[in-house]
Amino acid sequence: MAKAAAKTKAASASVERRPALAGRALSAPGVKVEMLPPAERISLRAPQASIAALSKALGVTLPAKPKTSATKDGRTALWLGPDEWLIIDEAGNDPLADCAKVTALHSAVGISHRNVAISVTGPAAAMTVNSGCPQDLSLEAFPVGAASRTILGKSEIVLLRTAADSFRVECWRSFSDYVFTLLSEAASDAAN
Amino acid sequence: MLLIRCPYCEEERPELEFRNAGEAHVVRSANIAGESDDDFEKFFFIRANPKGVIYERWRHIHGCARFFNAVRDTVTDKFVMTYKAGEPKPAKLPGAAK
Repeated sequence: MAKAAAKTKAASASVERRPALAGRALSAPGVKVEMLPPAERISLRAPQASIAALSKALGVTLPAKPKTSATKDGRTALWLGPDEWLIIDEAGNDPLADCAKVTALHSAVGISHRNVAISVTGPAAAMTVNSGCPQDLSLEAFPVGAASRTILGKSEIVLLRTAADSFRVECWRSFSDYVFTLLSEAASDAAN
Repeated sequence: MLLIRCPYCEEERPELEFRNAGEAHVVRSANIAGESDDDFEKFFFIRANPKGVIYERWRHIHGCARFFNAVRDTVTDKFVMTYKAGEPKPAKLPGAAK
């Protein structure tokens, strides 16, 4: 009996959520790189005809223009492709449950645990991200609210500009060590 | 670095976000099982490989992930134009001298 109890305890411990690199941060002059807390995320694919119904259910209008995003009540919808969006919810509500009620054709896949987010803030934030990302990150080309899937070094990322001097870098969990290290090295360089 | 215009993102993006996907406008026969071996070989293996203007499929893999078509000059590596997948071969190329 005691043996069985011990076994149950071990099993429940193994499903405990352990976010990658939780709490890691690096401060350099002019830029700060830190891991962001876990969030709910879905990958959403839908045809034109379903956009209105999904926007209503999610409470945020799905952006139709390339390289844009829309935010409302802690929930952000990022345009990734002509029929593809990344929904990030930082308020703790599950967007997957909201989409489940929609009867219009769509595909919503929960990827909360697949991605981790890293924030890059400070006056040298754009320069730090640019060390591995070839996109034009000037405010004219990549304004506040702009979002795009792109690359950082050898890893694919989703980049969102949350403020003039602040970026949210979303990467796959297994790439997080690489992405964080690259950004940390770049942050130290960007100061010089 | 080359800048390639993605017709779906509607702007020029760095080449690192893209991947080449072979020659464009290679049409698969509707009756592929009834094709002769020679015709299948032509469809499956034989490519134009021109010196000069080539029509290619490209994929914005680290962007919108969409396939599109591009006209490129194999000598200068210059992208003449890009257009969405499924659109017909452009009859006239912009700035074509010859």
